[in-house]
Amino acid sequence: MKKISWIQPLLIISILLLVCAPAFSGSLDPFQGEKGVLKISGGTAHIPVMKDAAKKIMVMNPEIQISIAGGGSGVGIKQVGEGLVAIGNSGRKPTDEEISRYKLVLHKWAIDGVGPVVNPKNPVKALSKSQMKDIFAGKIENWKMLGGEDRKINIYTRDEASGTREVFWKKGLDEGEIIPGAHVVVSNGAMKSAIAQDPYGIGYVSVGHIDATVAPVALDGVVPTIETVQEGTYTIARGLYSNTRGEPSGLTKKFLDFLFTPEGKKIIEEKGFIPVR
Amino acid sequence: MKKIGERVAERAFFLSALASSLITVAILVFMVFMGLPLMREGGFYQLLVKPWAPYQGAFGIYPMIVGTACISLLGLAVAFPLSLGCSFLITTIAPKPVSRVFRRLIELMTGIPTVIYGFVGIFLLVPFVRELFQDGSGMCVLTAALVLGIMITPTMTLFFCDSFARIPRSYLDAADALGASPVQKLLYVILPSARKGLLNGVILALGRAVGDTLVALMLAGNSVQVPESVLEPARTLTAHIALVIAADYESPEFRSIFSCGVVLYLFTLVVTFLARYLSFAENKKA
Repeated sequence: MKKISWIQPLLIISILLLVCAPAFSGSLDPFQGEKGVLKISGGTAHIPVMKDAAKKIMVMNPEIQISIAGGGSGVGIKQVGEGLVAIGNSGRKPTDEEISRYKLVLHKWAIDGVGPVVNPKNPVKALSKSQMKDIFAGKIENWKMLGGEDRKINIYTRDEASGTREVFWKKGLDEGEIIPGAHVVVSNGAMKSAIAQDPYGIGYVSVGHIDATVAPVALDGVVPTIETVQEGTYTIARGLYSNTRGEPSGLTKKFLDFLFTPEGKKIIEEKGFIPVR
Repeated sequence: MKKIGERVAERAFFLSALASSLITVAILVFMVFMGLPLMREGGFYQLLVKPWAPYQGAFGIYPMIVGTACISLLGLAVAFPLSLGCSFLITTIAPKPVSRVFRRLIELMTGIPTVIYGFVGIFLLVPFVRELFQDGSGMCVLTAALVLGIMITPTMTLFFCDSFARIPRSYLDAADALGASPVQKLLYVILPSARKGLLNGVILALGRAVGDTLVALMLAGNSVQVPESVLEPARTLTAHIALVIAADYESPEFRSIFSCGVVLYLFTLVVTFLARYLSFAENKKA
């Protein structure tokens, strides 16, 4: 009896291992026996994917520690350039100057749209591009002018280091003005909770961040979703980059390679982005 | 043996005092040095009066200076009567056990991190202010000032309590003997004799209000305009530093935040000297 009592659990474990083995073979194989710490920071649009990937890797390999911080694209580029983190994410292509100064190597793994969002309670869910430009320039100040309630429009924008802001400003507003009275929030997540709270607010987030708490606004009849970004009908889009200083190696390389495996691509799609082939 | 020990202790204390004062000076020197290129280009004065529009090449911090002043002074206006009331209750009116409980509570409040105040403010005060005034987003000067006021109240209250406790017992006894009511005692005995302590408490709390980053960052809306009413969003110098620090190191945006640092530093310096001078003048009079 005594002998069986510890053989039994062992047996169960080995059967479980056999059953589960196919599930974590393949994409996660390279991480076998790997250990160490991987620090990631930067673009806040990337965080959902990074978190999920890190979770999958760490569950299988408890020896690996992956830490993920936000801060915005500017922070990501700066921190990886200075060697504070191994991977610096950016929601914009780093400038030529940044690439040459920090000797960055870019890894573009997804395409992401940036869409205007309002509170779900707001009846205004479609705008023309020129209306949107007028809103952000302060020419349209009241929701009544757009068929909504008689309340002032509260404009939300991102800080200057944000890649999301840069893309929205360049492609959404055609480098038009954003009034100085606009509220400034520090991340895609903060933007989402600000809009979710404010029935009279308008802002913009990465398409991957749009969920039931905020409502996307159709621009010239095109709703910002993964499909429209993929088709190319929704044009306010950008690449999501993970940058390393010099060619990546070891754990960093394995992590980046993982994003291009079938399982990595599945995570990217689940989080609302379009994986790069 | 004892002498050597004393000497060693003296030296150690002297060195630590020297180190901390040197660090304070070094911080100022560092900020001025880092901000120098931009200050030379446009002049420090220009930076102070221009608006912030980095795409047009303007890096003025005037809106942030106004924002800081509005939010911290309004916060002070909220906190002062609150603190005065609290400290009067604790030291004079309430019975011993009650006042002890209140004092413990207020001591506890000083330890709560500012991010908690900001967090609670976002979920309770922001929607309330938005619906109450039917204007703007609720993230505005008023909301930030209210939360900041509540945040600095405990510090101020404890300071006031201590200065009330230092009033000679005989003064209060004399007032009692003349049949003064508690309110009369407050107005005619306590307040005049505790003036110096009150002033110190106010200045200390003002310093805390100006230096706080998170409450303003979370609640004031951070827009880069000069607010025209208390219901409009504004940005403080500290929130500005926190927001811009993410920009490219080499950019003029980034370099301009050192001028914010210098302004904040000088402000604290002026306030401290003012406090020293006023208490010095008060001492001379006495």
